[in-house]
Amino acid sequence: MQKNKFSILNSQFSIIEVEDLTKSFGAFTAVDHISFSVGRGEIFGFLGANGAGKTTAMRMLCGLSKPTSGKGFVAGYDIEKQPETVKKNIGYMSQKFSLYEDLKVWENIRLFAGIYGLDGKLISRKTDETLKKIGLMNEKNALVKELPLGWKQKLAFSVAVFHEPKVVFLDEPTGGVDPITRRQFWEMIYEAAEKGITIFVTTHYMDEAEYCNRISIMVDGRIEALDTPRKLKEQFQANNMDEVFRKLARKARRVENGELRIENDGLGIENGELRVENDGFKL
Amino acid sequence: MLRYLIEKEFKQTFRNAFIPKLILVFPFMVLLVFPWAADQEIKNINVTVIDRDHSTLSKRLSEKIGASTYFNLAGYADSNDEGTAILEDGKSDMLLDIQPGFEKNLMNGDEAGVMISANAVNIMKGGLGSGYMSAIVQDFAGEIRAERIRIFGKTELPLIQVISKGCFNVFLDYKVFMIPALIVILMTLLCGFLPALNIVSEKEIGTIEQINVTPVKKFSFILGKLIPYWAIGLFVFTVTLGLAALIYGLIPKGNLLTIYLSVLIYISTVSGLGLVISNYSSTLQQAMFVIFFFMIIFILISGLFTPIASMPQWAQTFTYFNPLRYFIEIMRMTFLKGSGFWDIRQQLAALGICAFVLNGWALISYRKRG
Repeated sequence: MQKNKFSILNSQFSIIEVEDLTKSFGAFTAVDHISFSVGRGEIFGFLGANGAGKTTAMRMLCGLSKPTSGKGFVAGYDIEKQPETVKKNIGYMSQKFSLYEDLKVWENIRLFAGIYGLDGKLISRKTDETLKKIGLMNEKNALVKELPLGWKQKLAFSVAVFHEPKVVFLDEPTGGVDPITRRQFWEMIYEAAEKGITIFVTTHYMDEAEYCNRISIMVDGRIEALDTPRKLKEQFQANNMDEVFRKLARKARRVENGELRIENDGLGIENGELRVENDGFKL
Repeated sequence: MLRYLIEKEFKQTFRNAFIPKLILVFPFMVLLVFPWAADQEIKNINVTVIDRDHSTLSKRLSEKIGASTYFNLAGYADSNDEGTAILEDGKSDMLLDIQPGFEKNLMNGDEAGVMISANAVNIMKGGLGSGYMSAIVQDFAGEIRAERIRIFGKTELPLIQVISKGCFNVFLDYKVFMIPALIVILMTLLCGFLPALNIVSEKEIGTIEQINVTPVKKFSFILGKLIPYWAIGLFVFTVTLGLAALIYGLIPKGNLLTIYLSVLIYISTVSGLGLVISNYSSTLQQAMFVIFFFMIIFILISGLFTPIASMPQWAQTFTYFNPLRYFIEIMRMTFLKGSGFWDIRQQLAALGICAFVLNGWALISYRKRG
């Protein structure tokens, strides 16, 4: 793959620009010279097997982790030099639920909206609107720890977009969520995108990948493919995104501590036969 | 921004199942139980008398000792060996060996011999016991001389009487002496441990990630963490102050404003230390262990249980870096002696430096980006 083929290095249209972004932990390179750009209002899917480096890349873009080398701009600000300004312009929903479980639903919204500098009156009015929209109005005064996971995720998303950021980063937002809530979740994502919020989302669900405008697939810290779902299917002569993903992810050869780790969920049982899906045993 | 953070900390603290109870129970425990337990006065020392003189005066001395609240007359022994055996069995803590010719020598103004042997396994009991005993014997000798002056109008030896008077703690009440120091311990534990466990628990739960990705200012975040502990500390201090007055009638002699100012500076010092530890720790267990280490060291070299002046020089040097040392001095001086702002200015300045350094460190060591 030519890495830079899809880069639209034109700041007028792109809200995220990344060039040769790298993060190493000692000898291990988690993110290996990735370059791409994301346009304004786009829903950008960031795919890859576990350990491919998605979360590390995302944390760098959010100003949570310092890049080892390379450049990155989010909403026009340098992630290396102006991480705090970047933070003013983004929303973030981490893989692990990280709102305060011992605060009530409205208190969580109030806290984070307050931190982003929203006015108190505006916060209370908008809180009700938001809660009505996501169907959690009855839970307004419930402690967050009492909510089921799917509801928590909806709340976390609402908190991430409450201050109307330019970009929202979602790290596996639908992990462990039931299909109906997942569907609602994507409706919320589309609604946010319509408002002009750029969505940067990672997922392991290939049906969700189809909802994205464009997707990138990371393998071993590098971006191996980046295009619209339709074009990727054409390019890899696949019927669906699942096949595209398998074809790419089976290249994974990441070796840690001298041990070979099979990166994708390659054990499939078909026709009563155990079949090892990747040809991964080359060191 | 700060308002929302403080609001959050208070809500979390008071929603915790345990901490609010702790905040209420702690001052009561410290003031109702500890002053009695931490009392280092020694009473009820068992004494065995070996009376080799069998005179009126030797009997009078034994009775005088038995009448003191510090000693119990456990019995008499006939020989040194018997006495030593009693001491070894632990039936008695001390031996008072009255030498033959005690009465005669005393009446003649010669040297009258008394030997005191104490079981020094418990060094406090042994040391203090011997001290009290010599005081009583000297007192007794004084009495006899005084009587002789009354009878004969003159004496061969000059009469020397030593009067010791405890200044500022008139009745030498150990509890009065301990309470200001116990309040210090209470403030240290509450305002040191709670912050130490705070940030690190956000790290363990993962909520810190959601905070770090916001544009929250480090200064606001740290201040938002500190202010609730300052409020809790001042509240608990007020409660202990009330309890000390109610239960022990101990009302600070110094100016209350000065005392509160010192308390505030001290609280901010220890809570700063707590946050520094929290920032560097990655697990609760680690934070707990480290703060415990510092607390034990600080308390042991603070002059709380042992006077700093009697420590070896190197340990005394250490105490200069111990905020507890200064605060205990301030509290004892303001509570018991009524020292004013000017008298405690050096200690206050030292505490102020500690507070500045630790809180600055807490601010720097909090990292929003790994």
